[in-house]
Amino acid sequence: MITLTNVTKYYGTRMAVNGVSLEVKNGEIFGLVGPDGAGKTTIIRMLAGLLAPTSGTLTVLGAANPEKIKEHLGYVPQKFSLYGDLTVMENIRVFGALYGQSAEKIDVVASHILGFTNLMSFKDRLADNLSGGMKQKLALAAGLMHQPQLFFLDEPTTGVDPVSRREFWQMLFKLNKEGTSIFVSTPYMDEAEFCTRVAFLHNGQIVSCDSPEGLRQAYPYKVLELGTKDRDIKEHLKKCSILDINMFGDKYHLVVEDVTLATTQIQSVLGEMNIENITLEEIQPTLEDVFVALAREVF
Amino acid sequence: MYAVELTNLTRRFGDFTAVNNLSLQIKQGSIYGFLGPNGSGKSTTIRMLCGLMTPTSGSGKILGLDIAHDSEDIKHKIGYMSQKFSLYDDLTVKQNLEFYAGMYSLSEDVGERRIKEMLSLADLEDRQNELVVNLSGGWKQRLALGCAIIHTPQILFLDEPTGGVDPKSRRMFWEIIYKLASQGTTIMVTTHFMDEAEHCDEIGFIFEGNLIANGTPSQLIKMVPGVLVRIATHEPMELLETMIASSFPYLDIYPFGASLHILLEEDQLAQIAAFPYKQITPGLEDVFVYLVKSKRKEMKI
Repeated sequence: MITLTNVTKYYGTRMAVNGVSLEVKNGEIFGLVGPDGAGKTTIIRMLAGLLAPTSGTLTVLGAANPEKIKEHLGYVPQKFSLYGDLTVMENIRVFGALYGQSAEKIDVVASHILGFTNLMSFKDRLADNLSGGMKQKLALAAGLMHQPQLFFLDEPTTGVDPVSRREFWQMLFKLNKEGTSIFVSTPYMDEAEFCTRVAFLHNGQIVSCDSPEGLRQAYPYKVLELGTKDRDIKEHLKKCSILDINMFGDKYHLVVEDVTLATTQIQSVLGEMNIENITLEEIQPTLEDVFVALAREVF
Repeated sequence: MYAVELTNLTRRFGDFTAVNNLSLQIKQGSIYGFLGPNGSGKSTTIRMLCGLMTPTSGSGKILGLDIAHDSEDIKHKIGYMSQKFSLYDDLTVKQNLEFYAGMYSLSEDVGERRIKEMLSLADLEDRQNELVVNLSGGWKQRLALGCAIIHTPQILFLDEPTGGVDPKSRRMFWEIIYKLASQGTTIMVTTHFMDEAEHCDEIGFIFEGNLIANGTPSQLIKMVPGVLVRIATHEPMELLETMIASSFPYLDIYPFGASLHILLEEDQLAQIAAFPYKQITPGLEDVFVYLVKSKRKEMKI
């Protein structure tokens, strides 16, 4: 469906993508994650045919130039341009017409997509008056008007609330079930769990690429979850055998190599300081733990 | 005296009410999380508090000053940073800080001292002479925070400061927020990351312009009815479809990373006995899902 072989992209003298090779199969929901500035947007733009690589080759649906097969591709950029002074339905019609579809066809497809994205009851609302989550749904709907086989989405849920995010992903999943392959970037690690495979990108290079389960299994450490009201925990546990301490909500995830050793040390240090009401247990690492560890290694 | 005290604050745009009779108090030195779905009125409220927009009715006090009449005095006591902060790309890190120090008319001594403090706080000392255009998102955002607090504000308003920022950078940002709060700065912050909301001392939840919940994270968590269970799975979306199709009774079901969360009445637990589930305490993300869905049901939207 997609192949990248040694793809590199320079902007002037700055290298944005550095020798990336990757293969995405038909029917995947492929996730791209990585720190800001890692090159996620550049890769998506090259795959959507908006930028040419400086060197290396890529194929999308078998074509070396995605521009040539763009009627089969959908693309929702980070900042999608909707017409604020047009209604939801009018926006949909504009995008359908831009892809050269007939008026009759547009109406048939539009009603299917508006139903699918739960936007039907808002079809007469001006795009300017939609909430952020609904604008993202409309962008998705507009990108689907020509029924693409392969759909690129660049951080579609940034700034979208927890309920709308889940609705958005349920739509992506449904779309995928109906046969559309999806290539999506996201800063939300819980969303990366919904992908068939995830690539972790840093400084323009793929550091790791596997299924979410595979990425978790490759995680070389153990994670202890510490629940405490104490906020100076990093300072207090400085001398324990802990590789890294990260906040996870109101708890801390402690990255350790030896669970028994670390547990004994932590209990003794916190006990001596009379820090009470703590909970401490080993947990399965999440993709967020994996991300933080990968980011720490490469920074 | 409260840092922020709002009484029936209302803002209309034409016949649309963006903020409706909002009353709340924020204690000095606390971190207040302001949560709600997209379009619920969070940014409008913060803009009124910063004196960037006037209320249609109701009143608000910031450190005892009236937001409608004393907005000039208020501006010197507050800092504001939104997701779309303005930095000068063609200036260096340090020059940006110098620019903001000048804007707030800091004296040369104070300005110099504060710029040093900000570079250290935001971990930007090593990159102070780099052009901003070469910084990636997390660094820019910490610099923007430094610029927003160069004048030592007593209250800091943050409107989705970590939108689109990666997990590692988000954590560095929050460590700075903690430090500021421990030094006495009051912080009001909006976010869509519920793990960040867990760090707040108090939380207000706004829906369609109305404050529908207000309290400590543990108080809010008690609002979720029934029991919450977690079923771990490598294929959360697949399992979700299967569970929904099997039509057993539950209050709600939704994907949660590599798991499903199912909210049930106590007596419905037997229905899922076949699954390896674990009963869990709801987090703020569960609270968010519960509040939004129950309100939508109530208002039939």
